[in-house]
Amino acid sequence: MADLALSAAPVTPVHSVLRRFLTLVLIHGVLIAGAIFMLAPFVWMLATSIKPPAEIFSAEISLWPKQFYGLQNYGFAMEKAPLLRFALNGVILCGGILIVQLLVAIPCAYALAKLDFPGRNALFVLVLLGLCIPVQVPAMPLYIALAQLGLLNTYFSMMMPFFLSVFAIFLFRQFFRSFPDDIINAARLDGMSEFEIVWRIVTPSAWPAIAAFSVFSAVAHWNDLYWPLIVISDAKLAPPPLGMMFFADAETGSNYGALTAAATILTAPLVLAFLVARRRFIDGITMTGVK
Amino acid sequence: MTLALASTAGFTSTTRRRLWIERVTGLGFALPAFALLLLTILLPLAVLLWLSLTNYEFGGVDMDWVGLANFQKALADPIIRRSLVNTLLYVAIVVPGGVLGALLIAVLVHRRKRTRSFYEVVYFLPVTSTLIAMATVWQFLLHPSLGPVNGLLKWLGIGPIAFLSEPSTALATLAVIGIWQLIGFNMILFLAGLTAIPRDLYEAADIDGCSSGIDRFLTITWPLLGPTTMFVLVTTMITAFKIFDTVAVMTRGGPVGSTEVLLYNIYLEGFQYFHTGYAAALTFIFLAFILVFSAVQTFALDKKVHY
Repeated sequence: MADLALSAAPVTPVHSVLRRFLTLVLIHGVLIAGAIFMLAPFVWMLATSIKPPAEIFSAEISLWPKQFYGLQNYGFAMEKAPLLRFALNGVILCGGILIVQLLVAIPCAYALAKLDFPGRNALFVLVLLGLCIPVQVPAMPLYIALAQLGLLNTYFSMMMPFFLSVFAIFLFRQFFRSFPDDIINAARLDGMSEFEIVWRIVTPSAWPAIAAFSVFSAVAHWNDLYWPLIVISDAKLAPPPLGMMFFADAETGSNYGALTAAATILTAPLVLAFLVARRRFIDGITMTGVK
Repeated sequence: MTLALASTAGFTSTTRRRLWIERVTGLGFALPAFALLLLTILLPLAVLLWLSLTNYEFGGVDMDWVGLANFQKALADPIIRRSLVNTLLYVAIVVPGGVLGALLIAVLVHRRKRTRSFYEVVYFLPVTSTLIAMATVWQFLLHPSLGPVNGLLKWLGIGPIAFLSEPSTALATLAVIGIWQLIGFNMILFLAGLTAIPRDLYEAADIDGCSSGIDRFLTITWPLLGPTTMFVLVTTMITAFKIFDTVAVMTRGGPVGSTEVLLYNIYLEGFQYFHTGYAAALTFIFLAFILVFSAVQTFALDKKVHY
């Protein structure tokens, strides 16, 4: 190895500068080519959403429209489908799920991390097993139960399977375990109840984990199609992906101007949220993935 | 010794009361989660197992015990076999593309200072976008006569390719879209792994004559990134195995069954044809694969701890 390094040593500064420059060009070349692949659908979506049908269906393909037709496309899409309603449904769905997930998971995670109670280890094993079970597995029994109870086509049916997040319990437990026992004991001596300790002392300290999980949960449920497709047939209750599917079916997939306008409206909320809070998103994914 | 003394000495009625409170609050705090665990995972699993052994059809009246007939039927069913082969083929394209591609991009992005956050945003964008909406856009991008992809191919002198309506290309096209959607997620995980590698290791390698980028990658980056790679590999496998959205929206299993995948067939049998018993058996086959992937992960994480 050392010999190799020596033989490579007599390189003139000009050479090394040139080599570094070429490496940089190569690196950015690869990255930019990839970036074009990643961005192309977004660019094409935005461009098509402001094109008139004549230009969309012309044999000559160009990115920028000659005639601005955005108002008509977006107007048509908004008029044909309750797109804002779909987005609102998405907000209700994600919000409802997240609130219950946090209310259920935080006390449970605290109990698993800091309290000694019978069945603790068994419960933790169940949580670990639950991590391996995707929603598609209990879907059919849950569907039958909801149908028997007459609860299909409700917000409740859309949220119910996700109220328990074993992943949240697992993640928060890891966080709570490193919380100092001395502080908890001091709070107990001050006469605080366990309930107050959880919500006023331990929870605020786990804020990064809670924010990370919230991002993770919202992205997952805003974009989920499988479960809403099963329990929702009423378009008024459809979250964004299902709404998009209804709209695409109704339009038989030919009115690309309106379709891309609808796609833009339904993709925008989450993408904008990501652009505004991108560090939160990226840190969140890192934390939920690696820990 | 002192600990034992202290605990016996301090075992007064107040500590006993404290312990009792701890047990009761512990149970109380765990109860809602346990109740939901029972209702949304354990009971459904038991019901599913029972259903898989019957010929129950949702909405029907009579139901018979059929033993393992559903499983036998599933394993012999050419449609299910084909969908399983298609699913595994899809996984076999998405996993190397999504993992190695993400690794390459992460390694290249990691050293950038000014442009790093720009590339992070660009590559991560598809993760946050609604796949169903973007699938419609992809459909248009790949359109044989109106789409820009075929426009580009025509300019290069290659005839139009009907990516999604040609049996030989449809599944691979969906796999490319699958890679497009998850590569940014994997990149972020790899970047986190790369950040955790201490800088001075590279300096030490430099002194030892390990100066070229490829040498550095093979002797330091790749081995130290092992646990991250394992994790990314397994999560990508599981995500890819669960492919459903793009099939449901773009191809519906066609053309001529070339994109029929396991989860889509479970959906059809369970929620469209209401062959509930049969779909329950298929769900267990699906679960078996997921559990095998997860077991690989647990095993790998165990190794990480001993490392």
